[in-house]
Amino acid sequence: MHHTTTGEKILRGVLITLALVFFLFPIFWILLMSFQTNAQILRIPPSLFFEPTLINYTSLITGELQTAAGSLKLEFMHNLWNSVILSTGSVLISLLLGVPAAYAFARYKFRFSEDIAFTLLSFKFAPPLLVLLPLTLYFQAIGLANTYIGLIWVYQLITLPLILWIVRGYFEDISPDIEHAYRIAGHSWAKTFMKISIPLARPGIAAAGLLSFIFAWNNFVFALVLASADKQPVTVGALAFVTASGIQYGQIAAAVVISITPTLALALFAQRYLVEGLSLGAVKG
Amino acid sequence: MTMLDLQRVTKRYGKDTVLDDISLSVDEGETVAIFGPSGAGKTVLLRLIAGMAEPEEGAILVNGEDLIDVAPENRAVGMAFQNFALFPHMSAFENIASPLEARRSTKDAVADGVHKIAKLLKIDHVLGHAPRELSNGQKQRTALARALVAAPRLLLLDDPLRNVDAKLRFEMRLELPRLLEGFGSTVLYVTQDYREAMALGNRIGVLIDGHFVQIGTPEDIYLTPTTIEVAELFGDPVINLFEGRVEKAGDGTTAAIGDAKLPLPTGYEDQVGQPVIFGIRPENIAKADDGTAGAIAAKVAALLPLNDRLVRLLVSDDGHEFYTSRDLGSEEAVGEGARLSVSAAPQDIILFERDSRRRIAPAR
Repeated sequence: MHHTTTGEKILRGVLITLALVFFLFPIFWILLMSFQTNAQILRIPPSLFFEPTLINYTSLITGELQTAAGSLKLEFMHNLWNSVILSTGSVLISLLLGVPAAYAFARYKFRFSEDIAFTLLSFKFAPPLLVLLPLTLYFQAIGLANTYIGLIWVYQLITLPLILWIVRGYFEDISPDIEHAYRIAGHSWAKTFMKISIPLARPGIAAAGLLSFIFAWNNFVFALVLASADKQPVTVGALAFVTASGIQYGQIAAAVVISITPTLALALFAQRYLVEGLSLGAVKG
Repeated sequence: MTMLDLQRVTKRYGKDTVLDDISLSVDEGETVAIFGPSGAGKTVLLRLIAGMAEPEEGAILVNGEDLIDVAPENRAVGMAFQNFALFPHMSAFENIASPLEARRSTKDAVADGVHKIAKLLKIDHVLGHAPRELSNGQKQRTALARALVAAPRLLLLDDPLRNVDAKLRFEMRLELPRLLEGFGSTVLYVTQDYREAMALGNRIGVLIDGHFVQIGTPEDIYLTPTTIEVAELFGDPVINLFEGRVEKAGDGTTAAIGDAKLPLPTGYEDQVGQPVIFGIRPENIAKADDGTAGAIAAKVAALLPLNDRLVRLLVSDDGHEFYTSRDLGSEEAVGEGARLSVSAAPQDIILFERDSRRRIAPAR
C-alpha cells in the first residue's frame, strides 16, 4: 500500500482548491451578480459586499423591466418555456428513434449499415450556417418555419447522431449471449429488447440523453435563424437584455442562473444511472 | 426413440465452413458429449439447435418436427452458456425464474420451481444475490439451474465447467450425471476435456474441423479409435505411436517395431508386409519378464509421478521415446537410467494405416 504523507495531503488539497476556484469562480460571480443592481455591478472597484436584491429575479418572472429609459417588456419566462419544449421534445424524439436504430446498427450487419451510421454522424460535421439558409427557404415553403415541430426536427441534427453513436457503443458491449439466453428461456424478441437490452444500456442512454439535452438547450444559431420572438429559447432571448439604455448585467446573470438550473437538475438526476452501469459484471471475461 | 436428429447440417460463416455435412441422432434421455478441440464447431452446433443461427443446409428435427424457422423461444430447449450469460441486472432468483415466467406460471409455481432446483444445486442461500456477488461456482450453478428449471425436452450445455476451478470441476463431473439422469432430459454436452466427455456421455461425438470423426460409446472411442487423431485426443499421457510393419510369425502375426517383435491378435494376416503405425496406450505397456522374446529393450529417461500413477518416459535402444503409466507400487521401482524390457498384450495394440492414419480393424 502507498501511504500519503501529510505534506502530500496538503499539496493535494491546495491543488484541488485551485482547480475548483478556477472553474467555479465565474459561476460564483454570476450568482453574486444576479443579486445586485446594475449600478452595484458596475461600481469601481468591485466589491464582494453589497445589499442583496431580488429585483432581477422578480423582473424576469413578472416580465417587466424598469430601466432609466422606462419600462420594458421581457419574454424571459416564455423563452424558458420554449427551451424546455424544444430540448425535451428533441431529446425524446431522438431517444425514440435513436435507441432502436442504435440497436440495429450494433447487432445486425445489413447492407450499407456502416455507411448509413456514418452519414448520420456526418450531420454533426456540417457547419450549421451552411445548412440554415436553404433550410429556412424550404421551411418557409412548407410552413414549418417558426413552429415547434420544425425546430424540433432541425434539432435532431444535434441530438440524434449523439444518441445513436453513444448508445450503439453500449449495445455492442452487451454480450449477445445474454440476449440469447433470455430468448431461449422462452421470451419474444421484443420482450428481450425491453427487459434485457434497454436496461443494460441504460447508463449509455442516460448519458447520451443528458448530453444531447445540454447541446439542444445551449443551441443558439438554429433558433436564432428559424424562430421568431414567440418560439425563441433562452439562448436567443438573452439578446433582449442588450437594451437601448445599456446592457442589463443583473438580469443577464439572473437569467443565466435560472436557465442552468434545469440542466443541472437533470444532470444530478441522471447521475445515478450513469454510475449504475459501471458496477455490473455481466459476463465472465 | 430418436429425440434429436441432425440431418446433413452445414453451416458457413462467409467462406468459412464451420460445420460440414454433419449428421447425428440422439435418443430420448440420452446424453451425448460433443468433444473436440477449440474451433471445431462445437458451440456453433449448439447455437444452431438453440436457434441463435440458421444452418445453410440440412435439417434439425426434434421429435420429428423440423426446427428451421421456429423462433428460439418456441424451441423448448434449455441452454447453459460457457460464459454463464447471466442477466446482470437481475438477482439469481430472477435469473432462474425467467424460463418459468415465460411459460406464464403463477407466482407461487415460479417460486416453488426456483427453490426446488436451487436446493438441488445447493444455491438456495444465494438466491437474493446479484450475479456479480456470486462466486464462479455459484454463477455456474445458477446458469445450470436456469437451464434446467423448466425441465426442457432438450438440454444444451456448452462447456459449463470451463470457467470453474479444478476442484469444483472435479466435483461437478461426479455430480452432473446423477443430476441429469434425475431430470430425464436429452442432453448435448459440449466439452474440450476428454475426461468430462467420458464421464458424462452415454455416447461421445468427436468433432474435428466441422466433421464428426467418430460417434460412439466412451469405450468404443477409447479402445477402437477410428483415426490416430482421435486416439491422441483421448488419454493422458498420450497414446504411444510406433512405426513398423506386420510380420508373419508361425500361425499368427507380430508387430515388428525396430528389433522388437510383439505378438498381434488374429485377424491381421492380410496386413503382412504392410507398413503400419502401432498405437499402444501407456497403461498397457508393462515390464516384461527377463528374457521374453521380442520385448522392447529400453532405458528409463525420466520419472513423472502423476497422482496415483507412475508415468515413465522410456527411450528404446533404437531411439524411440514412449510413455508407460502404471499404478504406483504395482511394479518394483526402477530409477532413472535403469534398463528394462517392456511389452504389451496382443489385444492392446491398435493398428493404423500409415498414410490415411485410419484404424485397421482385424478381419473376422
